[in-house]
Amino acid sequence: MSVTKPLPHDSARLHVTGAARYVDDLPVPAGTLHLAFGMSGVAHGRIVAMELDAVRAAPGVVAVLTAADLPFANDVSPVAHDEPLLAADAVQYLGQPLFLVVAETHLAARKAARLGRAEIAADPPLLEIDAALAADSRFESGPITWQKGDTARALASADRVIEGSIAFGGQEHFYLEGQAALALPAEDGMVIHSSTQHPTEIQHKVAEALGLPMNAVQVVMRRMGGGFGGKESQGNALAVACAVAARATGKPCKMRYDRDDDMMITGKRHDGRIDYRVALDGTGRITGVDFRQLMRCGWAQDLSLAVADRAMLHADNAYDIPAMRIENHRLKTNTQSATAFRGFGGPQGMLGIERVMDHVAHATGRDPVELRRAQFYPEMGSQSPGITPYGMPVEDFILGALVDRLSDSADYAGRRKAVADWNAAHRTLKKGLALTPVKFGISFTLTHLNQAGALVHVYQDGSIHLNHGGTEMGQGLHRKVAQVAAAAFGVEPDRVRITATDTGKVPNTSATAASSGADLNGMAVKAACDTIRDRIAELLAQEHQSEPRRVHFAGGKVFVGDAEISFAEAVDRAWRARVSLSATGFYATPKITWDRLKGQGRPFYYFAYGAALTEVAVDTLTGENRILAAHILHDCGQSLNPALDIGQIEGGYVQGAGWLTTEELVWDDTGRLRTHAPSTYKIPACSDRPRVFEVALWDGENREETIYRSKAVGEPPFMLGISAFLALSDACAACGPNYPALDAPATPERVLAAIRRARGEAE
Amino acid sequence: MKTIPVSTRVNGDSVEFLCAPEETLLDALRNRLGLTGAKEGCGSGDCGACSVLVDGRLVCACLVLAAEAEGAEIATVEGMAEGERLHPLQRHFIDSAALQCGVCTPGILVAAKALLDHNPDPSDEEVRYWLAGNLCRCTGYDKIVRAVQSAAAEMRGA
Repeated sequence: MSVTKPLPHDSARLHVTGAARYVDDLPVPAGTLHLAFGMSGVAHGRIVAMELDAVRAAPGVVAVLTAADLPFANDVSPVAHDEPLLAADAVQYLGQPLFLVVAETHLAARKAARLGRAEIAADPPLLEIDAALAADSRFESGPITWQKGDTARALASADRVIEGSIAFGGQEHFYLEGQAALALPAEDGMVIHSSTQHPTEIQHKVAEALGLPMNAVQVVMRRMGGGFGGKESQGNALAVACAVAARATGKPCKMRYDRDDDMMITGKRHDGRIDYRVALDGTGRITGVDFRQLMRCGWAQDLSLAVADRAMLHADNAYDIPAMRIENHRLKTNTQSATAFRGFGGPQGMLGIERVMDHVAHATGRDPVELRRAQFYPEMGSQSPGITPYGMPVEDFILGALVDRLSDSADYAGRRKAVADWNAAHRTLKKGLALTPVKFGISFTLTHLNQAGALVHVYQDGSIHLNHGGTEMGQGLHRKVAQVAAAAFGVEPDRVRITATDTGKVPNTSATAASSGADLNGMAVKAACDTIRDRIAELLAQEHQSEPRRVHFAGGKVFVGDAEISFAEAVDRAWRARVSLSATGFYATPKITWDRLKGQGRPFYYFAYGAALTEVAVDTLTGENRILAAHILHDCGQSLNPALDIGQIEGGYVQGAGWLTTEELVWDDTGRLRTHAPSTYKIPACSDRPRVFEVALWDGENREETIYRSKAVGEPPFMLGISAFLALSDACAACGPNYPALDAPATPERVLAAIRRARGEAE
Repeated sequence: MKTIPVSTRVNGDSVEFLCAPEETLLDALRNRLGLTGAKEGCGSGDCGACSVLVDGRLVCACLVLAAEAEGAEIATVEGMAEGERLHPLQRHFIDSAALQCGVCTPGILVAAKALLDHNPDPSDEEVRYWLAGNLCRCTGYDKIVRAVQSAAAEMRGA
């Protein structure tokens, strides 16, 4: 069967020959115009006047548009209608688009955009979370609070209370392919090519901006050069700009952000701080945790409410804690609008509880793995499953066994002793070790998004063509889905062709996000394939006086009773018998219900699990550090494609470790992002790859009826990177008696500060 | 606007084009010659997605002026395969699943080939540091290093 095979990415040959085309590589019609935004140099204020004559007079400029020139909706937000494409009056962050330049070349547009002068009556910007908290600048009327048990009582009656806080940074997506869109005017509407995870949203926003129904806008998306959540809503502005400019000029219009513009304009991962108070009983067991999560959402709401919800939904991670109170603040500031990023708030929430575990282990002198292990939810099959702080039973918990196996295979005990011995013998270079688990909830928390559609055609020659609502951003979704289709028809995957995601083929799609791509679209495609297969089976059963259930599809053949024919011949017979060989498929995730305001229900169909052990070394004189070894055991259920899944795990771990170590976003006091290119913003490089990097898949299947019992893999491994951060914390703790309280990202500066705290030195 | 005529060789073929004085080699390859394998990842020479060889030297095409290509020998990812026959590096990148979104892949292949051209038997350390200028956001690099090493082994006849 084609599922479970480690087949390469479906575009791999195109990738290695340079023939894979991304939006910026598409040949464009003669006369295509190119766009660039003029951006605000002020973080907060009101536009008094804009002087754009020099822009209009610049070489190659065809048109300059401001908010007043937009014919219909001036909005590119996904939810709250609070993101103007071009600022009309209020300026809310430094980098905000103020005007749109339409020119003959990309460079001409960008150069001209620099010539605009905006007179802005500046107000003091709100930049930091504490300032926003003091000013009560937030989304939603107040903090959202969910509770399980009586946390106040647990704290009041505790034998010991541990308090602390952890600051965490944001993260730039740094998809290698920057945002890009191309609008082609059609006879009575618009065709859009967009590098987007959410073609339907692009269709919706372009239609609004042009005053057209959605059926007049077709969005086509073949592939992205990385998404990571950064192309869930952040591509709207480019697609709408192209559509508006194409409508105004009658010419095809294309826009791509230069890397610096991309980083200045688009949203990033939410940064913030988590404050915690932990109640311990006399045995050192955690009886209650009170969290206050502060998340900086930036200037617009975007997806922040759902992101913050997911931070709350992962505040427990793997731990069965009798009482928990989670208070989450969604703070509004004059910075880029924080947006979706792999894990979607989950990493922040999980970092909070893992920090608590690390802090408690240090304070009580217990082994951090033993401490975690003792507080795990009951394993799958237990008579009384644990209940999350949001009231969902954890029925599929496997981390007890998984962590045991990883501890054994990576020799946690031996390494722990070796690290201790090393640290006892060495003053300058200290080593650290951490093993952390991941339990990540799978499903969109906005329940209605958990649906998908597919369109499958079987042609007369037995070749198969399909479309589904998911988008390909490098994760290999099309390969997995093709494997599903091939399995349904009993043919090899190379007989299945998947073309660009297209709103004209499959409508009303959800974003390819929340790790849901294969779960949702795989099931929808299977449903469509099963429909066609059943039609063929029925025909062949009639012809052979058999039963449809006795018709089997395998090995490129169809078996009817004792007879066998090739799949192509079966298809040809069905066509001649006037049987429809085209079908749609649909899937809606079962079992999920969720009341986000109460914080109660079953928001997730299931959980995906994993654990990572990381060993690091720190230079205590400079704070420089390295990952020496990473060992990972991760749960993909019955993997649809082990090669692709291991790729997601490795990439996720490294990206997660990058978030918490090298990747630092720095804004100055005026709200200007100072790290807006790879020269100053450091994602992990090849030289950072751990010398030892062992990744294995957990051998098990999803207890829920997912596509071939697989599990989603896009986001969960990202949080394995927390082990790298806590290994650094462990190395800092080896420098002195105090808890180092390392903040993230653990740059050399923060590592040095943590070492000083551990030693009890003044900061 | 002033234009400059350039005669060069790209992947073994003689090529002539006109370019603007400030035009980069990357823009000329992509927009004038239709060779879109090299990508603009940053435009500042920090990500390596536009890596090409100029007279055998590994460069970021975004930092080279198109006019500098005059009389030079340019090699891009499009010239790595011989017809349908892929270069061993290309094959091993496919077989080792050493790519995901594919945008960094052309630059990494060109850079890896440059490494193996002068060092057919590199250590893991040498591969990791040679490729440190080629950013990949998807893979975490492990499979990339393994693919380069397995291709190198095959090319050595091992």
